[in-house]
Order: sequence, then structure tokens, then C-alpha cells
Amino acid sequence: MSKILIRGARVLGGEPQDVLIDGEFIEAVGTGLSAEGAEVVEADGKILLPGLVDLHTHLREPGREDSETVLTGTRAAASGGYTAVFAMANTFPVADTAGVVEQVYRLGKEHGYCDVQPIGAVTVGLEGKKLAELGAMHESAAGVTVFSDDGKCVDDAVIMRRALEYVKAFGGVVAQHAQEPRLTEGAQMNEGVVSAELGLGGWPAVAEESIIARDVLLAEHVGSRVHICHLSTAGSVEIVRWAKSRGIDVTAEVTPHHLLLTDEMVRSYNPVYKVNPPLRTERDVLALREALADGTIDIVATDHAPHPHEDKDCEWAAAAMGMVGLETALSVVQRTMVDTGLLTWADVADRMSFAPARIGSAAGHGRPVSAGEPANLTLVDSAYRGEVDPAGFASRSRNTPYEGRELPGRVTHTFLRGRATLVDGKLA
Amino acid sequence: MKRHLISAADLTRDDAVLILDTAEEMARVADRPIKKLPTLRGRTVCNLFFEDSTRTRISFEAAEKRLSADVINFAAKGSSVSKGESLKDTAQTLEAMGVDAVVIRHSASGAPYRLATSGWIDAPVINAGDGTHQHPTQALLDAFTMRRRLIGPDAGLGQDLAGRRITLVGDVLHSRVARSNVDLLHTLGAEVTLVAPPTLVPVGVENWPCEVSYDLDAVLPKSDAVMMLRVQRERMNAAFFPTEREYSRRYGLDGERMARMPGHALVMHPGPMVRGMEITAEVADSDRCTVVEQVANGVSIRMAVLYLLLGGNEPALTHPRTEEK
Repeated sequence: MSKILIRGARVLGGEPQDVLIDGEFIEAVGTGLSAEGAEVVEADGKILLPGLVDLHTHLREPGREDSETVLTGTRAAASGGYTAVFAMANTFPVADTAGVVEQVYRLGKEHGYCDVQPIGAVTVGLEGKKLAELGAMHESAAGVTVFSDDGKCVDDAVIMRRALEYVKAFGGVVAQHAQEPRLTEGAQMNEGVVSAELGLGGWPAVAEESIIARDVLLAEHVGSRVHICHLSTAGSVEIVRWAKSRGIDVTAEVTPHHLLLTDEMVRSYNPVYKVNPPLRTERDVLALREALADGTIDIVATDHAPHPHEDKDCEWAAAAMGMVGLETALSVVQRTMVDTGLLTWADVADRMSFAPARIGSAAGHGRPVSAGEPANLTLVDSAYRGEVDPAGFASRSRNTPYEGRELPGRVTHTFLRGRATLVDGKLA
Repeated sequence: MKRHLISAADLTRDDAVLILDTAEEMARVADRPIKKLPTLRGRTVCNLFFEDSTRTRISFEAAEKRLSADVINFAAKGSSVSKGESLKDTAQTLEAMGVDAVVIRHSASGAPYRLATSGWIDAPVINAGDGTHQHPTQALLDAFTMRRRLIGPDAGLGQDLAGRRITLVGDVLHSRVARSNVDLLHTLGAEVTLVAPPTLVPVGVENWPCEVSYDLDAVLPKSDAVMMLRVQRERMNAAFFPTEREYSRRYGLDGERMARMPGHALVMHPGPMVRGMEITAEVADSDRCTVVEQVANGVSIRMAVLYLLLGGNEPALTHPRTEEK
């Protein structure tokens, strides 16, 4: 049966409507659509969104298949309502050649849970010294358009300038992990009141802000566009706001955890809260929410960073940085942005699907929920309340800071080009 | 008192005074021909040192032995943070061997806290210094030294340090001793001033219960005790200050500066001292300098802490006993 009727869903949070899927496409959106010949999904007032798009995912394959693989990562993505994820380049080997990006792209296609769009490294081996073959990666089957040394900052101003200029030839974008390396030597957590007390090395806000300031100026100078990864401070918001007001082509993302958690959590010395950039202060969190609401920050991206148990069950300094996020992202956004009245569901569709697809040039994703469009859809039960139980995660890793926390909302169905990848909360 | 001693901030004023008073009792043991109490007989204490510190380890070991505990020394030199599993695995091995308390020294801030709260082991944990976080028994022995000198051993019993003005000078940023002392001295009612070049004061210090000054000469005449902190020579390479000489000129304690202190004021140092840079030999060897006393007092304080965490709450000397586990 190739037809599916989603009945009574609130499309982008609007009035209940029916959505009829035929094959890979949406055939019709309206009220009282005929269910004849179609499998019916009773949506009953649930929120229907375009399939979510994550511009910042770590799938770990190749190289760290003990943390995550393309299969487990895309299953996690489908569970979280995603139909496309951009896989970061810091794998082993690094995704800095056409061969590696094609491998990751092909694995995504084979598994079929979610489209995987590889991100290419900006520099060879993420070493910041020599540009990787950006053009070859773009021309490969993977069609790479986003380039990032994420995990590391492209800190050499000349290399950054060249990368920004070079990708203009094929409409690419450089996604910067803004972290001035000298200012963050030995950094373990946000530098401030809590780090002073805990005696953990400080990661100052200015280390992020100074790079963002430099990069928006470089982007302006060479007339290119730059994307700022996981922006985390109130000061960064101010710089991006200024850059946009000046007409600089900059986009920015915020992670769900930076919208909810603060450096106060680090008092537990529990490495589940160790992440890069670090959790900041309440003031930063509020500024980030406001910036996401007013559009200064364009998108939410998960920075899904799976790590095996042993890399977190240790003392803080020895622990790996990062937390998983694909399966909890929408709940955190509902909690911090929707339930607080800062964003409507239509805004959520923009920040988590339309805009990330646009920034990453993900064809077929981030499209309107209307007739003739690809049937990439996510159905959300926004009334659901429940505690996060990592035991049920599809991700191979469990390093979530939300274990046992109550979060609202649950993705019940995900459709990738008309095929259900998630049905009633269970992977298809 | 709490089950563990992780941070000086864990102690209430009454806890701290109880430890200081108990340490006075313990100090008397050192004056006896046989310097030993049966209090912890049959108990096993492990000194788990992931970071070298001969002084602190020997001090704890002396305290444990004077209380008749069985002592296991575990030195994990080199393996410290290279692989995080080592702490958990080592701790669980010790637990399986029936260790009754763990004294831990670690280069990672928070390692003792993790050990005490992660469910890896059940035994009480005593922090013997973690990274740049805390070194609570050092703060206790410093407070003990101050109380003895400024009030007197017997007159001091039951007393705190209310109104005393204590100055800490040097590398506050990297100093667990400074953090511990600020917490404990504040709890004991003292007024604490930190003096350092701005590069060696942590961002966020404004929330600490103390004053901060960059001018040592202005603070000295108002100090009942001046505690010099160790400055590691490698800080110079990281541009925390221009030269050793410049540091010494601005923040070193020499005879001339010591003369500006009130007549009763002490000079303290947690050791080891870098003579000539942070403190001149003249000052280090003067009778105002309590460095050697601090070492002796360290044993008394550690005995008191071990006794109170492991031995029970009865008076140490009148009813020595070994408790059932």
C-alpha cells in the first residue's frame, strides 16, 4: 500500500487537517480527505512538521563504530523526527576526501532511515594547515556543500579566508567551530564563577566571540557566507546580530542543551555535562533563547556527540566532550521555546527543518507541507510528558544529560519520502 | 559532619572547630614517649596518590599509623589521567579488598568528589588535594596553626578565628590551598584578602567570600597572618607575569615587607618554598614563619579528621576505642 492518510494533524501547529501521501510525495492537504485505499494514521491533534534536518551530527563511522554507526545514528535520527542529518567530518579517517564522504553518503542511502549528507573537512586531517579537496568532495556522489573542521577551529585567519573564498565557486558554506585555541588551552568548562570555585580550567566566552567576530568580518570582506556552529554565549549573539544588521551573510546554530542547561550542572563533576563549547550561564541561555526566537540564531542543531560509557564514567578531566541529542532535541526545544511562548510550531518548523535545509542545500528537505512536495514528515505528540530513559535510545551511546528528567513531547511518526521510519514511537 | 571530606566548604563552623579541638588532643600524643592511639586498630586506610606528593602522603601515613590503622599506599605515578578508567577500577579493587577509608590525591579537580558520589565505592573519602580545586586538610592545619599562634593552644579550644585578618599572596588561580583556605577561614569568621597579580586571580573570584587586592604593601599592615602561596616556575612561560624578578619585587615577601606587618603577625607557607622568589631566606627562617609548625600540625589535623570520620564522635583520649564496622 503506497498511500497513507494522516488524519487530523495540526500542520505546523495550525488547525487539524488531513495529509494524503501517495508514494514519495504529498498528494493532498485538506479536510475530510478520503481514506480509500490508504493506510490511516490517526493523528488526533498531533503536530505535523516537515521532517527535521540536523545540520550538525556526529555519526562516528568510519573509525569509532563503538560509539555510533551510520545505521545506529540514523535510527536515532528517525526516532527524533529527523529525515536528514549532516554528518560531521571528524571521523577516522577524517572525511577530507571524496572517497570517505561517498562512503558515509552510501551507508546512509543503504540503511534508509534518514538521508545522510556528509560534511567535508575544511583542511586535511582537520589540522588547519592545508585546504582539503573541497571541490572534489562537492563533485563526488555525496555532493558536499557544507565544510567544517568541527571539533577544531579553523584558527588560521588566512586558511579561513581562503576556504570562504574557495567554496563560493560551488555555493558551499564553511561551518566554523569558533574556539580560539590559545585562549582555551586546558579548558574544561565555562570560565566564570563556577569554574573559579571548582578549580576547572576555564573556556572563556571571548574565545568563541573573538573568532566569530573575525569570521563575520572575513565573510564580509570576501563576500562569502559563513555558518557559526553551536553558538553558546550572549556576546556571540550580539556579534551575529550586528553582522546581520550590516548585511553580512552569516547564519548560526544553537544546540538544544545550550538552550536548557547551565554551567551550574558541572558542580556535580559528572562528565555527562562535559561538552564543547561548554554549558554557559543562565544569562547566556536566556540570550540564546531570545536570539533563536527573533531569528538572530537561524537554527537548532543537535551536535549529537555519542561516546561509549567508559569515556564518561570517569573523572571530569579524563572524560570525552559531547552529549547525544538527536532523540531529545525536539522535546528540549518544546520545553525551552514552545512551552515558554517564544516560538510557535511553525517557527519550530523553520528553525529545525526549513532553515537548516536551506543553509545546507539539502534537496528535498525542509519543504512546505503541501501537495506535490516530498513526503518527509514528522508527527509529534506535544501533549506527552515523560521521563527520558536512555535505555530506549536507538543511538549506540547513552551519554544524555536528561536521564530521568521529565521532558515534554514525543515524536510518534517519521516519514522519509513517504515511507514510515518511525511508527507509534517504534522504528520501522 | 558529612561522611566524606571533599571540600573545606563541606564543613560548618562547628565541624571545623570540633576538628581543631580534636587536633589539639591529637597533638598531645606527639608529646608522649609512645606516639600511638589504638583508635583505628583493625581499620585499613588506603592512601591513593595519583599525583606525587611525598609531604602530604607521609603526613597522612604518620596520622594513620599513630591511630593504629593498617595503611596501604598506592602510588599511581604516570597513570593518573592518561586513562580515566584507572580511578574507577582502582577504587573498586580497593573496595573489594575491604578498605575502610580512602585518602585520595589526584591531578584532576573533582576526582575525589566523583569517587565519593559515583557509587564506585562505599568507604569514606578524604581529599588530599585535587587539581586546582581543594585541599581541605591543608586549610584545617593552616587554621589550626593560626589559632594556636594567635590565641593559644588551650585558650583556643572552642574558638574560631572571628575578626582575624588573613592575607593569601601569590598564585591563587592554580591554588587548591587558596580555595580551601578562603572557604574555611570565612566559615571560621576571619576576613580574608587575596593578593596577586590580576593574571593569577581566577575570573569569577568576585563570588568568593573575600577581598582581592593587587597591592601587597597596602594589605600587610592590616594582616594577622600572611600566607605565601607557591608559584610554579612554569607559570612564567605562560606569561602570567613578565619575569621572576618583577614578581618578586611586587609580590615577594622580604624582611623589609615583613617589618610592615604587625608585631604579632605570622608568616605562613604551605611548602615547598621557592626561596628568593616568593619569600626570602631571611623571612623563611625567621621565628614568625610557621612552615615547620604547619608540617607538625598537619599530622594532628589528619589524625583528627580520620578519627572523626572513622573512629566516632567520642573524645579521642579519654575513651579510645575501636568501633565495629
